[in-house]
Parts: sequence; C-alpha cells; structure tokens
Amino acid sequence: MRLRLVPKETSWDFFSRSKLTLGFSGLLVVASIIAFFVIGLNFGIDFRGGTTIRTESTQAVDVGEYRDALAPLGLGDVSISEVFDPNFGPDQNVAMVRIQAQDGDQAISVETIRAVEDALQTVDPDITFPSVESVGPKVSGELIWTAVEAVLAAIATVLIYIWLRFEWQFSLGAVIALVHDVVLTIGVFSILQIQFDLAIIAALLTIVGYSLNDTVVVFDRVRENLRRYKKLELQEVLNLSINETLSRTVMTSVTTLIALIALFILGGDVIRGFVFAMIWGVVVGSYSSVFVASAILLRLGVKRDWSKPDAEAGTQFGSAES
Amino acid sequence: MLNISIFKRVVIILVVVAGLVYALPNLFYGQVERHNDAAAAIELSGAETPTPEQEADLSAWPEWLPSGLVNLGLDLRGGAHLLAEVQVEDVYEARMDALWQEVFPILREARSVVGTIRRVPTDDGTLRVRIGNTEAIDDAAELVRQLAQPVTSLTGAGATDIEVAVEGSEIVAQLSDAEKLATDDRTIQQSLEIIRRRVDEVGTREPTIQRQGEDRVLIQVPGLGSADELKALIGTTAQLTFQPVVGRTSDADQAPGPNNVIYPSVDQEGVYYILEDTPVVTGEDLTNAQPTFDTNGRPAVNFSFNPHGARLFGDYTAENVGSPFAIVLDEEVISAPRINEAIPGGSGIITGDFTVEESTNLAVLLRAGALPAEMTFLEERTIGPELGADSIAAGEIASLVAFAGVLLFMGLSYGWFGILANIALILNVGLLFGLLSAIGATLTLPGIAGIVLTIGMAVDANVLVFERIREESKAGRGPARAIDLGYEKALSAIIDANITTFLTAGILFLMGSGPVKGFAVTLGLGILTSVFTAIFVTRLMVVIWFERRRPKTLEV
Repeated sequence: MRLRLVPKETSWDFFSRSKLTLGFSGLLVVASIIAFFVIGLNFGIDFRGGTTIRTESTQAVDVGEYRDALAPLGLGDVSISEVFDPNFGPDQNVAMVRIQAQDGDQAISVETIRAVEDALQTVDPDITFPSVESVGPKVSGELIWTAVEAVLAAIATVLIYIWLRFEWQFSLGAVIALVHDVVLTIGVFSILQIQFDLAIIAALLTIVGYSLNDTVVVFDRVRENLRRYKKLELQEVLNLSINETLSRTVMTSVTTLIALIALFILGGDVIRGFVFAMIWGVVVGSYSSVFVASAILLRLGVKRDWSKPDAEAGTQFGSAES
Repeated sequence: MLNISIFKRVVIILVVVAGLVYALPNLFYGQVERHNDAAAAIELSGAETPTPEQEADLSAWPEWLPSGLVNLGLDLRGGAHLLAEVQVEDVYEARMDALWQEVFPILREARSVVGTIRRVPTDDGTLRVRIGNTEAIDDAAELVRQLAQPVTSLTGAGATDIEVAVEGSEIVAQLSDAEKLATDDRTIQQSLEIIRRRVDEVGTREPTIQRQGEDRVLIQVPGLGSADELKALIGTTAQLTFQPVVGRTSDADQAPGPNNVIYPSVDQEGVYYILEDTPVVTGEDLTNAQPTFDTNGRPAVNFSFNPHGARLFGDYTAENVGSPFAIVLDEEVISAPRINEAIPGGSGIITGDFTVEESTNLAVLLRAGALPAEMTFLEERTIGPELGADSIAAGEIASLVAFAGVLLFMGLSYGWFGILANIALILNVGLLFGLLSAIGATLTLPGIAGIVLTIGMAVDANVLVFERIREESKAGRGPARAIDLGYEKALSAIIDANITTFLTAGILFLMGSGPVKGFAVTLGLGILTSVFTAIFVTRLMVVIWFERRRPKTLEV
C-alpha cells in the first residue's frame, strides 16, 4: 500500500474562483501592511539596538520581582519575559531581559551590565547568565538597511533570472507571489509580535528561495505544456500543469514541513522564531505559486506562438525540444 | 539512454566516497579535535619529540585520514564576540603633532620674516599656526608646504600627504584625502595585527579577527568567558613610558606645576607621583619583554630597547644616578625605582607588586605594542558554553527526528524508489558535511537549520524525477524509457528551481554576517550536494538496480 496524499489523477479547476482567491490574497496583503504600520514589528536588538540578557536559574522566574529589582537602575524601557521550551529540565527556568539602547553609538557599558546582573542576583542568588548580547544603535541602524537591501536584491535577482529563462509575464507573476509571501510573513510577525531579528531576515530570504522553487516548477511545466498543446486555452494549460505537478508540490511541502516541524518543537527556543517564519513561508509559498503566481500569469496572458521564435521574446531555451 | 559509462560510474562513486571520508572526522569530533590540537602544539613548539601526552592525543586519530572538522560557531561553542570601530581620526592628530615638531624649527629660523609663531589648539585633526607678521603669511605657508611628501599608495599617485592653506593670519595644514585613506588603511592593518597578537598570546582556538568595511574590526574568540574579558585583553592601549620623577604626594588634586603631570600609583592606594611631562623613552623603542623574577624571587618583567632607546635610556641613567625614575603604563605608575647605576646595555627589569599572571600579561601587552588608535565597541555578545551545548543537543535531536520523519515518509510514498532516494539523502548529508569540513566552514545554529531545511528540500529533486517517471509509465512507456524520460524531462525544472534558491543563498552570503552567513553556507552547499545526488547518485542506483532486475513494470 502506498501513501498518497494526492489522488492519482486530478483535474481540479484552480481558477474558477480566481477572483475570490486573488481578492483574499490582496486582502491579507493589505491587512499585513496595516498591521505593520499600526502595530509595528517587535524588533530585536539587532535592529533596534540594546541589550538582551538570558538568565537561567533553578528557582522559578518571577517577572515582577525582576522588574522591581531593575527599576532603580533607570535604564529606560526594560522588558522581561519567561522562556518555555520542551527541552528544558524540570528546574531549568529561563528568562530574557531586554534593555533599550543607552545613549551614544556604543554597545552597553560593562558597568551597566554588572549593575543589572548584581540586581538580579539579589533577587535570586542562583541566577546565571548564559548569554549577554548588546548592539549599539549605530550598527543596528545599518543592519536594518542591509537587511532591506538583501531582500530587495534577492527579489531583483529572481526577477531577472526568470525573465531570462521564461518571459516577462512569468517573471512578474513570480515576483508578485514573492512580495505577497514576504509581506504576509512580516504581517504575521507583526500581529503575533514575535521578535523580529537578523535571523528572520535569513528566513525571509529562504522563503523567497522556497516559494520561487515551487513557482518555477509549475512554470516549467506550463512552458512545456504551452509548446505541446498549442491550441488549448491558457487557463486549461495552467490548470493541467498545476494538476500534473500537484503531487510533487504536496510531497515536497510535506517533507520540508516534517523537517521544519521537528526543528520547531525540538530545536530549542533560540531559533524557534526563525523556524516559525520558515514554516509559515512554506505554507504561504506553496499557496502563492498556484493562487497568486499562476493566477497573475493567467491575467497577463502569454505569447502562444512558440513555433517561430522571434528576437524579442525570451525563447532562448525554447528550441531545445522542438 | 540508461547507459552510464564505466568511467562516469567510477567518478560518481569516487566523489561520494571522497565526500564521506572528509565527513568522517566529524563523527569522532572529540578525538579528532585532540589530535589536531596536539599536532598544532607540536608544530608551534618546534620540538623534535612530542611529550607523551601529545603523543597519546596524536594517536587518537590516524594520520592518513583527513582531519578537517566543521568548526562550531560561537553560538554553539560559546565565546565572545566584539565589533569594534577604530577611531582612525586619532592618528590624524598624532600626525599633526609630529608635523608641528617639524614646522616649528623651520618657521623659527625664518622668524625675522614671519614674526611670532604660535600653535592654535584644534580638535579637528588640523594644525593651525598663527604668525605675527600677516604680510609674510604666504611665504610662511610655502615653507610649510615644502614639508609635504608624495603619498605612498597606488590610488593616491601624484598627491602629497599634507595640504596647506591660509586663513587670515593662520596657516592651516591637514592631511590630504589620499593620505587620510592611506593612513586609515595602515591604522586598521596595524590594529588588526596587534589584536591578533594579543588574542594569540592567550592561545584560544581559531579566533576570527577580520576587518569589516572601512574602519571596523570583528573579533570572535570561542571559549572565552565573556566579551568583557576580550575587551580587557585587546582594549588596553599599553602605552609604556619612562618618565623622570619630580616628587611624591598623597593629594590627587595638587597642581603638578608647569610641564609636569600627576599620575596615581598602580598598587599603592593614595600615592601619587608628579612626573615630568616628556618621557625619556617610550614603549615604541621596546624590542622585547619577558616575564621573569627579580633577585628576591618576585615576579617581574624583563625588557630590552632598540639602539635608539638604549642610547637615550643609557644617557639618562648615567646623568641621573641616585634620582627616582617612573615606569608608567597607561598613565599609572607601575613602579618608581631609584637609579642605582647607569644602565648602558638597553635592557632592564620592571619590578612591582606583581603576581606571576600579572607579570605575564604585562609582558604580553608590552610586546604587542600599543594600538595606534582608540576603539569603540559597537556590538558585543557573550554566549556561555552551556547554552552552546544545549543548542547543539537540541539541533542534533531535531535533525535526527527530521531525518527519520522524511525517510519514513519517502519510503511510504515511493516504495523501493523511496528507499533509493533515502539512501541518496543519507549520502547527501554525508557529502554536505564532507564539503563543510573540507572548506573549513563554520557551523552555526541557523546553519543547523539550513541542514534540516536541506534534508527537507533535498528530496525535491528526486520527487520531481519520480513523479515524472510515474507520469511517463502512466502514459504507456516501457520501464527503461520511462526512467530515461523522467530524468531528462525533470532536469530543467530541477536546474531552474535550484539555481533560484542558490542565488538567494548567494545574496544571503554576501550581505549577511555571522550566523546568517553560516545559514547561507549550509543552504548553498546543501543545494549543490542535493542536485548532485539526485542527478548522478540516485540515477546510478536506479540504473544499477534496473540492469540487475529488468522489471517489466515500474512500481513508483
């Protein structure tokens, strides 16, 4: 008996409600943008500057007491949160203390960290500090720009690559799907207020890569079927191609999700946000390659006459099989 | 066709075997690490015969096997990370001070023309000289201009090192832009070198000391307790001077008098020394410093000067027998011994209230020399070794579970072909580790995530092929033809899909830093190995299986 997640043959119509699905995606994108501007992202110290101190103790974490101990130091905005993880032992109590950036370009001073550690130690003598990280405002400002540049550079590269390999309609469809995925990810981070740091940028770029992977596989089949069924309506060609690759799309998504979920549950709290972003990205990316990228392609239309390659269209690779 | 030539088969198998052999040391991490450390220690000491301990460590791993390991990043091993900005402007001021020393005698000789000469204090890295006779200002500026030297750099060809302008009754001299660039570069290189020497003296494993951008230095030292410790190690400027003593006092606020300074004693509370401002000799003339013991068996530091320093020091001690003399480190008096006799040889000993450790550290600081400019620390991170160990453990468990899950799922979905894909997946992870070890890459926590993601995505290429084979057999093609067409037709999708992901990994690598870079490396290399295993390794396995069995139908 074989495990089959997708029936042997499918001929589902993915575009009968394309207005609805595109509208739904558009709505989510707008909602994400609103969330980004209204709620904002919970930036980590990489982007905002400041200091995080990880505390660990055998005694239970009392956030209120920690806060009271730190209040006299006058450090400005201090946030304290307890960390939970299935990997922790029974008397392993972990908290993260985040302190806003202090004046000047530099990272936090030794004296301030000492003062914080001493204050916490008076509350809980058993407390230890497994990690202390501090980023000065000068660097964090630059990191934001590097991150934005990285994401834009990735999208631009992809735009050009697909344009070279396919045609501009494909390229545009793929890139709109990418932007959709990235914006939705930022939206979910904004709504859930999960800490947004440098690692999340890495996750965003991976989502870009993954989502594209999916889109390209579908497009590759579309290109092939366009050549094979010259008279078929574009919508039917797209439907056929998506149905043919559906089994693969699901298989790959599931194997990737299996791996990611294992990492999400067991990989420790340090990378949980990062893995969450990727899980979200795999789900959204698989959805968008069908319901956004292909739907846009359908709307843009495609040059159908593949038999006579002309100089303007991107058919560089078109003659390989004809 | 299904034929793969013998030559190709041998190459594919050799590549896989080589990859696995390179990956092998990582399975015996502790042993190999001991072996490598021992080998490095032996080479460093240059000893002919290693100690018995080193011998034992050395034999922990056979010499003929590769011994490259995947380095563990700071987040996995624990350690300290600093991003420092070198205040390159500091050097401009020092250069202007030096220039003043040259300008003053020249203008003084021309005093009959230019009148009085006075240096106007500035803090913007310029030298301003006001002269009494404003009419002669152009002549005076010309005199200063003659001191300019051609810039010694490739880009600054034709430019001179200083620019001289006239503003009212003042001559304004400053470094030219070309010279500033050249100076900045030298300052950073010097700082890197000095930091490297200081960190190496502590002897930790594989520190990273890199220039970042224009004026920044990234320092990562695994295994160090905290970023504070690292700062203390590299941040001390260690300006050593030898200055004549004017007097001793217990009042820190006492006016030291003209051309004098007042510095505290390092080890005696409440004791201050009044010293002459101009040092007799500075640490720049030092050629060596070693920890040693004085005649009473107390820890001390032995030092020696270059000929220039030796002459100055010899002359001064000869002229001042019987007077006290201060050894000053970073504006604190280490000791102020009395000169008992002239010291002509250019070497001496610093005694103080040292512990053995302190005398060793002082020798290190003196030997490494002073940093050319001050550094500010923009970013600092300390990761405890326990947290690193926890992360490794979590990463390992997660990887294994992910691995098992994917293997099971593939087996259930594709049967025999799934098992072949699984073998390829295991080989793939092996190859990935082999590559990472061979290039000495650093594994970080996001890097582990990259590997897990690769495990998930590596099957993609195989899935594409298998789905294609399924379709072709469904379309009524014979098994051989179906397999052949499956590989042929899936190829373009595999290539396109992986190139796009590889491009994003490349961008991540170029723009990312630290852990993000680690992720980009594993993701990028993972794509290479997974495409290789899917196109060549799985195919070879499928072909060999097909040649043996000659199945009439395909069960994909």
